[in-house]
Amino acid sequence: MDILEVKDLSVKVEDKYILKNMNFNLKQGVSHILFGPNGSGKTTLISTLMGLPGYEVVSGKILFMGQDITNKSVDERAKLGIVVSFQNPPEITGVRLGDLLKLCLGKAPTDKFTEEEQKRIEAFRLTNFLDREINVGFSGGERKRSEIIQLIFLKPKLLLLDEPDSGVDVESLRLIAMEIQHYTETTGSSALIITHKGDIMEHVKAGYGCILLEGQFHCFTEPLDIYDDIKKLGYEGCVACRMRKREGWQSEQQKTQ
Amino acid sequence: MSSKKPNELVNIPHEILEEAQKAGVEIQENKRAGTFFHIDQKTIHSKVNELFEGKLELMDIKTALQKYDWLDNYMWKLVDKNKDEFTKKVAQDYSGGYFMRILPRAELTFPLQSCLLITQKNLEQRVHNIIIAEEASKANIITSCLQHSSVPNAAHLGISEIYVKKNAMLNFTMIHQWSENTLVRPRSAAEIDDGGIFVSNYVCMRPVRDVQMYPIAYCKGANSRVSFNSILYGHKNSQMDIGSKAVLRGKSSKAEMISRAIAREGSKMIIRGMIEGDSSECKGHLECRGLLMDDKSLLQSIPELIAKKKGVEITHEAAVGKISEKEITYLMTRKLSREQAVSLIIRGFMDVGILGLPAALNSEIKSIIDASTEGA
Repeated sequence: MDILEVKDLSVKVEDKYILKNMNFNLKQGVSHILFGPNGSGKTTLISTLMGLPGYEVVSGKILFMGQDITNKSVDERAKLGIVVSFQNPPEITGVRLGDLLKLCLGKAPTDKFTEEEQKRIEAFRLTNFLDREINVGFSGGERKRSEIIQLIFLKPKLLLLDEPDSGVDVESLRLIAMEIQHYTETTGSSALIITHKGDIMEHVKAGYGCILLEGQFHCFTEPLDIYDDIKKLGYEGCVACRMRKREGWQSEQQKTQ
Repeated sequence: MSSKKPNELVNIPHEILEEAQKAGVEIQENKRAGTFFHIDQKTIHSKVNELFEGKLELMDIKTALQKYDWLDNYMWKLVDKNKDEFTKKVAQDYSGGYFMRILPRAELTFPLQSCLLITQKNLEQRVHNIIIAEEASKANIITSCLQHSSVPNAAHLGISEIYVKKNAMLNFTMIHQWSENTLVRPRSAAEIDDGGIFVSNYVCMRPVRDVQMYPIAYCKGANSRVSFNSILYGHKNSQMDIGSKAVLRGKSSKAEMISRAIAREGSKMIIRGMIEGDSSECKGHLECRGLLMDDKSLLQSIPELIAKKKGVEITHEAAVGKISEKEITYLMTRKLSREQAVSLIIRGFMDVGILGLPAALNSEIKSIIDASTEGA
């Protein structure tokens, strides 16, 4: 079953087309890895899926669990179960990580964390950050850990992760990747993960990988194979080599339906 | 046991106490080191918690002046009688005020509180307060100045002179809860001796017709320190002209000023700050941040830095403008509606953390701020 269907999606940012007539589906309970060179539109894609301002949908439709969400606001999408992690999350004066985590859990600021929640926070090594202003003075790894635990506390159905592995130390990366895998595996949720590196795939068992190049998806297939090809041939070389392209993905999907 | 004893807070009408409570007054007196109540033109309550007897003195200033001849040396020493029409009026005639003296080396583990309240309409309340934090003493004072919500017009003129002696630590938090027709003119100054620390906090959350103040701290001692922090919520056509000035005369003295201001609904807010470095090796930093919520309001930041000796190091940062759209969107990705996100950002912006208060007072003041910005 598909959790997300994107049909003929074209997106402009500041009057410039970034994505053109994209068509693809994401599968339920599967993690998808999204590769692509800088500037290929990866962040534009997940920002559009989340409904962030500044990304203008010129044409096309986004269906989430069969429901058209193309014109839904950010918070409506979040409530339906789509969440996003930011590459550069903002610093918010006076808003404490602990309070935000409670909001993510649907708790009031006066509520306490349960023992289980405290354990998760401790596992993310964020116990000492609960009284800190969100992202103020956080290191790269601390930001990413804070982003991912917020997402997990939101109990989403689809995680959109923008380079969760960039600027992160080895230990934090391992922790983040294992937590993502644990969450998606135990809840049967899906993920779309932007990455430039293969490291995250050591712990996240991704079902599919694909390349975003010139506003189009290519090669939905084994993520590790794609990564190897990109390393050998470059993005364009990989795409040229694997001319299965998105049509292959589509037909494969039709087969399973 | 008689239900009414003289000099008990319970003798004050319940509905007045309720209003006072909203402005930070703790009516369970055993949770305060001492309580002082001045209503309209009369001191009606002044009492030290028995746990703190021998550690502090608390009484009406007029009583104190009769008791201590030396106190004359502290009156009108830091504030000039002839400074303006308001100081002149108070010098001519005033109804009292508090005298607080924390004795040498005494540590007040509970806050000391005062409440200056107006219940009569068209009253011009005039008070003169003196605080002396003796050598190596430590105290937190919370003073609530308010007007009963049923009173339409009033004015409050208050002189406060504060002395922080050697190595003493005084955290003084003033909460103002006025109404849309109140004129407010506090005139305050503090003097800080060697190693003394003075923290002056100002919290104004309710609308006010017109408040103007510019307290001055003279850091005359070596290693003396002052912090001025203010949390200002200007709404319903409030006019606020709030500043503070630090004069760094002592060697290695330090000043820090942090202001957070929100302006909406036609409010005009001017936030000033001046740090004057008169001694080498003194340091100062001034931070002003303002959020402007609509086109009818105005926010103006006026920082002034003066260096008179080489080696002086004084800096400032100021930012005024709208709420960051990126912050709103970020919180919306965490399932908050736009309104909830804005409200959370506003409450965070009015962060009590900047006031340097002990935990219990911190949460008390946070709840006052949260109540005022509810649904903002």
